[in-house]
Amino acid sequence: MRPFSYQRATDPAAAAQALAAAVSDGHLLTEASMQPLAGGTTLIDLMKLDVMRPASLIDINPLTSAWSAVALDGGDLRLGALARMADVAAHAEIQRNYPVIADSLKLAASPQLRNMATLGGNVLQRTRCTYFRDVSYGHCNKRNPGSGCAALDGFNRTHAVLGTSEQCIATYPGDFAQALIALDASVDITGRSGTRQVAFAKLHKAPGDTPQIETTLAPGDLISGFTIAGRWPRSVYLKARDRQSYEFALSSAAVALDIEDGMVRDARVALGGVATVPWRAPEAEALLRGQRLDDALVQRAAEAAFAEARGRKHNAFKIELGKRVLARALKQAATMEV
Amino acid sequence: MPDKTDASITSGFDRRSFIAGAAGSAVLPLTARAEAPAAMTPALQDSSRAVDVTLRVNGETRRLKLDPRTTVLDALREHIGLTGSKKGCDHGQCGACTVLIDGRRVVSCLTLALAAQDQDITTIEGLAGRDGLHPMQQAFIDQDAFQCGYCTPGQIMSAVACVREGHATTDDDIREYMSGNICRCAAYPNIVAAVKQAAPAILKG
Repeated sequence: MRPFSYQRATDPAAAAQALAAAVSDGHLLTEASMQPLAGGTTLIDLMKLDVMRPASLIDINPLTSAWSAVALDGGDLRLGALARMADVAAHAEIQRNYPVIADSLKLAASPQLRNMATLGGNVLQRTRCTYFRDVSYGHCNKRNPGSGCAALDGFNRTHAVLGTSEQCIATYPGDFAQALIALDASVDITGRSGTRQVAFAKLHKAPGDTPQIETTLAPGDLISGFTIAGRWPRSVYLKARDRQSYEFALSSAAVALDIEDGMVRDARVALGGVATVPWRAPEAEALLRGQRLDDALVQRAAEAAFAEARGRKHNAFKIELGKRVLARALKQAATMEV
Repeated sequence: MPDKTDASITSGFDRRSFIAGAAGSAVLPLTARAEAPAAMTPALQDSSRAVDVTLRVNGETRRLKLDPRTTVLDALREHIGLTGSKKGCDHGQCGACTVLIDGRRVVSCLTLALAAQDQDITTIEGLAGRDGLHPMQQAFIDQDAFQCGYCTPGQIMSAVACVREGHATTDDDIREYMSGNICRCAAYPNIVAAVKQAAPAILKG
């Protein structure tokens, strides 16, 4: 690991100013000389791998008391960005009213990592693409813009089939983000010019021609929390992976249904493990709304969700797997006792 | 526990210091034994960058001068001499380095020592009481819950937390909530049995 200096954040605004000052014009946030340290489970790992090379860290854990509340205010759920994954997953109200959130957190990582990792850091965790994580590979457009993508014709079994480009097919690895995007969450951001709220769906950027730019965050931005409107007791997070536990998704589905008298009033569908960014499937949702949910409809929705999917040599299986995972998740949600 | 710890550092004849002494003997006189840990991790030893770090480990306050890059794991092993916590992958994937910080299990390889100040760190060396082994340690022995033993300190620390979290009520629950600790010898069935054996005593105590 390269040397770095360490300081503790005293207040959010000062931290944002310090972080903003560390980004030179035209430089990427992920390559800024100062990085915020929260749980550290991604950052310290990537620093050991020499993928991230900050010269200084600002420890934002001192902001935890301000930014870790979990609260149901009226009809809205507020999640502080420095709440730990394990604590939110174990929260009784979240398990009852938002099983898709509780399960997306519970099925991620390991108990130790969930005790450490924060919600804000979780949504910003970086891809597990081997060609990105191993700096001995020269061709990675995300790490080294313009160098090419070794995954396109390499070992791409775990790579994305949706939202890909000719420059990058790296999978977005998280689980919780699928729950957030499905439930139309918004993100609270503290930046150098104050606080603002943006739609979670606008946080991540698909790779396109600039896979090195992963989010729409500006220099100095810190995620302080998330807000979800309404309650979604009929919701499911289903995750298929190589191991039964402690593994990233090969395919996952976050679904939330509002069903009345057998008719789907509202449907939310997001996919994980198969896309370059947290992936909403509006085509599937449109098919489900206003319909009676049966096997044929579920199948049509699953087909629609993967209509644009593009497989490569080793990952084409994810298209069929993804459809089946989504179909099963929809059926599970439909038959839940709520 | 402090007695044992200090003995292992100063007795000068445990396996670890023997290896360190042997490795360094070509250039260093063995009288430098007390400083030997410093010679073992050259990448972390740049005294010009060292900063003051105070850690509370197993109830004892330790004042150290550390490179900011030092993880809790390296601080324990290389600077304090508590080598019970093991370095497996050093990337948070295997769980061998699991310790409790303020009672919560974490991977010490991804925790910076600087960020762990003012918190209570409990390692495998701090688990046993005056009356002998902790119930989880005894259960691992009774159930033969290891072969090579390298993952065992991490397994035991994780298992203690698993029980206290209330995640040791069924075999499936134990398997799920112990999944962050990999055992290359695949002693998993016996680890599940050990967690089950120790759970009632831990919950009662």
